[in-house]
Amino acid sequence: MAVIRDVMPAFQLLQPNSIADAQHLLQRHGAEGWVLAGGLDSFDWLKDRIKKPKAVIDLSGVEELKGVRVKSDGLEIGAMTTLTELAQHPVIKQRYSLLSQSAELVASPQIRNQGTIGGNVSQDTRCWYYRAGWPCYRAGGNICYADTPVGRNREHAILHAERCVAVNPSDTAPALIALDAKFVILTSKGERVVDAEDYFVGPEKDITRLNILQSGDLLTAIRIPSTWAGARFYFEKVRDRNVWDFPLLNVATALTMSGSTIDRIRIAVNGAAARPLRLKNVEDAVRGKSRSSETGDMAGKLAVQGAVPLQFNAYKIPLMRNLVKRSITGVENSGLQEEAWAS
Amino acid sequence: MGIIEWATDPWGRSVPIHAAWSLVWLALIAGLLFLVIHAIYVRFFAKEQQFVESASPELIARLPERIPRHSLAARLFHWIMAAAMFVLLFTAFLPKVGVQIDWVTYHWIAGVVLTASIIFHIVHASFYLDFWSIWPDKADLQDSWKRVRRFFGRLAPLPRRFGKYPLDNKLYHGVIVLTGLSVVLTGVFMMFRVRTGVLPRNPYLFGDMTWGLMYVLHGLAGIGLITLVIVHIYFAVRPEKLPITASMIFGSMSREYYLKEHDPERWSVDTSTGSNPKS
Repeated sequence: MAVIRDVMPAFQLLQPNSIADAQHLLQRHGAEGWVLAGGLDSFDWLKDRIKKPKAVIDLSGVEELKGVRVKSDGLEIGAMTTLTELAQHPVIKQRYSLLSQSAELVASPQIRNQGTIGGNVSQDTRCWYYRAGWPCYRAGGNICYADTPVGRNREHAILHAERCVAVNPSDTAPALIALDAKFVILTSKGERVVDAEDYFVGPEKDITRLNILQSGDLLTAIRIPSTWAGARFYFEKVRDRNVWDFPLLNVATALTMSGSTIDRIRIAVNGAAARPLRLKNVEDAVRGKSRSSETGDMAGKLAVQGAVPLQFNAYKIPLMRNLVKRSITGVENSGLQEEAWAS
Repeated sequence: MGIIEWATDPWGRSVPIHAAWSLVWLALIAGLLFLVIHAIYVRFFAKEQQFVESASPELIARLPERIPRHSLAARLFHWIMAAAMFVLLFTAFLPKVGVQIDWVTYHWIAGVVLTASIIFHIVHASFYLDFWSIWPDKADLQDSWKRVRRFFGRLAPLPRRFGKYPLDNKLYHGVIVLTGLSVVLTGVFMMFRVRTGVLPRNPYLFGDMTWGLMYVLHGLAGIGLITLVIVHIYFAVRPEKLPITASMIFGSMSREYYLKEHDPERWSVDTSTGSNPKS
């Protein structure tokens, strides 16, 4: 399929300077409007001329959507806060380092300077068949080109694939799920607050979206409760190029200990399915147990139960098993592990 | 507004991908419009049905109080098919109007139930029921022509009473057969496109064009079923049709209703045992 790069289709550029104006514009343009945050996902779509919105609503001028607000019961992060700010924010680094670590591992410094937390969690999948504009299930068609015997699916899903096998590429999403974050969405009916894990949807519920945002909806903020402040955190991302790449898989864990046993734990992975997965069965299984190698082995095996590899991504199953194990036990005598764990 | 949505496949060819989902609303409106217009027609314009007398007093005297109409197997088929049809329609179209549900698994399972029940029905109706009773015959056409002439005030003899099924019922059944077989046959092939555990997945079974046409036919027939189901439910709850609906639950209808609507010569009842083995 011919792709015209660099020359975007004509659209009306709208630059509101308040949330109210942004919402008004979004609702006026509905499905023909496009929300522009950092632009790192959007400009690919627009330059490839796959998406041709009539109006682009640029949120960069909405100051209310920017910044980290420290509150008595946690944090509130504006959806337009950059990933660099999150990675460097002293309170986040001190109390919620899981988020700062995940933000710091997103792409490259330039991209983190421009990319926003709202954009990172709301970005579309990177499946190249879909991004190339082919009429796959996700694009409203009736086939998954990646899920064929010769489809290039090395980066695709091993869990919860339902016709479409694309994966969610966000690094911050699993960290936010592990931190029990709440997403604040402005809809035409008012404000709606959802748990981080409920913000994302798989193809079994909606094959054309990765999240619950409908036309006219706006993610305004992400709230992180103090529940997990200062807990022990682990974040690890595996990618093909360590300087700049989307995750093949990542894992985020928050846990507290009671003596030598795990007291509370939340664990999430991304890159394994179309939505970041909270591993509740693993959490339930390891709670009350020590952070031993046996517990880690058991957690890893539990995590990949039901995994179905495609033609070229069977490696993701042992990778996920080991990531989950490491996120619980840590790797002794490993420099990586020493960096990955933080408290 | 087109009835088909098209896309460009990786080889640059324009291929159909599915029916235009906006037709869902059209089907819904068409169904509701039909029932409003029909209700107005019945209330203000329809004339009372008149039939030529056909049943002899001797025959009437021999009829049982309750006339068996649908066997237990036929009733079970009907309600299993109805339940499967509702699941299929809701799981197919609620996601199209914005309701996010995990629909595919329920959809294909209901599709398998529908397919199995239709296969049962074909065998049952072909070998154990009066197969031809549901298909329009010469008498239906002659009588309907008489009714049309009489409706417009033209001279025509009185029509006979109905056989087991009135002509409109037979025509509805014919349309349902066409749409039902369309969704079932295309649906079976579409199961090769998704992982069901029932059929081996094979996306290369057909080319893009054939697959596209299959999805279009499945979608159009499914959308058509929205209107057909609305019409069916409407007639099922109309007061004058309630005895027929009740017979689909309890298996029989009263002798009075039978004599009022049906011609014993066209739908014979076994008066010796009080049962009707061909029901």
